[in-house]
Amino acid sequence: MIGQSVVLAEGEVPFPPSVEDFFLPSIVPWGAHNSYWITKFTALVWLGVALTIIFFLVTYRKPKLVPTKGQWIAESIYGFVRNNIAVDMIGHRGVAFAPYLTTLFVFIFVNNLWQIIPFVQISPMAHIAFPAILAIISYVMFIWVGIRHHGFAKFFKHSLMPPAPWFMQPLLIPIELFSTFVARPVSLALRLFANLFAGHIILLVFTLGGFVLLNADSFFLKPISVLSWAVSIAITFLEALVIVLQAYIFTVLSASYVQGALADEH
Amino acid sequence: MYAIFVAAEGGTEHNPIIPLWQEIVIGSIAFAILCFMLMKYVFPRMEQTFQARVDAIEGGIKRAEAAQAEANQLLEQYRAQLAEARTDAAKIRDDARADAEGIRQDVLAKAREESDRIIAAGKEQLAAERATIVRELRTEVGTIAVDLASRIVGESLADEARRRGTVERFLTDLETVGAGNGSANGSAVRAS
Repeated sequence: MIGQSVVLAEGEVPFPPSVEDFFLPSIVPWGAHNSYWITKFTALVWLGVALTIIFFLVTYRKPKLVPTKGQWIAESIYGFVRNNIAVDMIGHRGVAFAPYLTTLFVFIFVNNLWQIIPFVQISPMAHIAFPAILAIISYVMFIWVGIRHHGFAKFFKHSLMPPAPWFMQPLLIPIELFSTFVARPVSLALRLFANLFAGHIILLVFTLGGFVLLNADSFFLKPISVLSWAVSIAITFLEALVIVLQAYIFTVLSASYVQGALADEH
Repeated sequence: MYAIFVAAEGGTEHNPIIPLWQEIVIGSIAFAILCFMLMKYVFPRMEQTFQARVDAIEGGIKRAEAAQAEANQLLEQYRAQLAEARTDAAKIRDDARADAEGIRQDVLAKAREESDRIIAAGKEQLAAERATIVRELRTEVGTIAVDLASRIVGESLADEARRRGTVERFLTDLETVGAGNGSANGSAVRAS
């Protein structure tokens, strides 16, 4: 509302960007502010999921031993997560987790990708709801896997009591409890959300800032708007790195939590 | 100043770290659909393809190994056959050599026999001729000696000599005395 207030007040571009730039009016019903079922964000999620499913189904319609280009790309994505994340981190048992981890990776990556797609340029992951779901799924999964592997009591003892002298345990147990069962899901969700949120804010700052400079009263400030837009393009390339990296980090951390839950040594 | 605006707008301010429950629902459904589709229709088939690829490669290696083994076996077989053939050839050569030697010996023996036979025939002939000649000579020499003696001693002696076999006796003596010595023989003839 701050940005809109500025617009209303000055009749210019909304600047500086605010949290409200992430809560756009809904699509159906058109322009409503308190309806969240069908918005740009949910539409992008649906579109991303649909495109991903179509891509995989089409490229893997008729798999061959010697892959075609599309099949090779699809296989490379799965093979990368399977071999370089799941098996590398969890070991031979990681193959069982490869489908989930790959789905996670693809879902985050595709939704992140909207951040730099022209005319879209905002990722659903900039709303904490989506990263939160994924974090909760990973969280529940590693606890479930740990309990199934070790048994309920042994898993919690294993997770909460590091191998240390007994008199240290009163200090260590709360730390372990917090770091394993509180900080992990929160940090997973917040890391992804904050990266995408901040990325969008930065893009807004430099893009809208360009317009603000262009509309500035001082003649000398106007050319600087070009610099501002150039920076926003550069930031877009940086975002391209961030979206891949964040998808990768989320997946790797999920795999590492599963590995920790399955590990026999602390 | 912004705070005043916010207050005036009436609390539609959003908190970015409070999730919207509608989005949680939609995100969960969307992610569940993606999981279902990929895990049911895509990833298992990828695992199958990977496995098939591994099998194809391992099968290829196995086939190559089998072919290699077969080739080695054939090579061994050929070597064995070659060695056998060499042994056979050596044996045949030895046999041939032995045969040739035998044939040579036979031929030599035959040739020797033949030569012996020829020599024996020659000797026989010589002996026969010699006997003939001796017989003729004996007659001739007797006649000549008698003639000679008749000339020297006189006509009458011829009848006497014929009567008594003097010449025969003389020649027999001559032969007995001069069997080993030709010259003695000659001188005896001359002496008589």
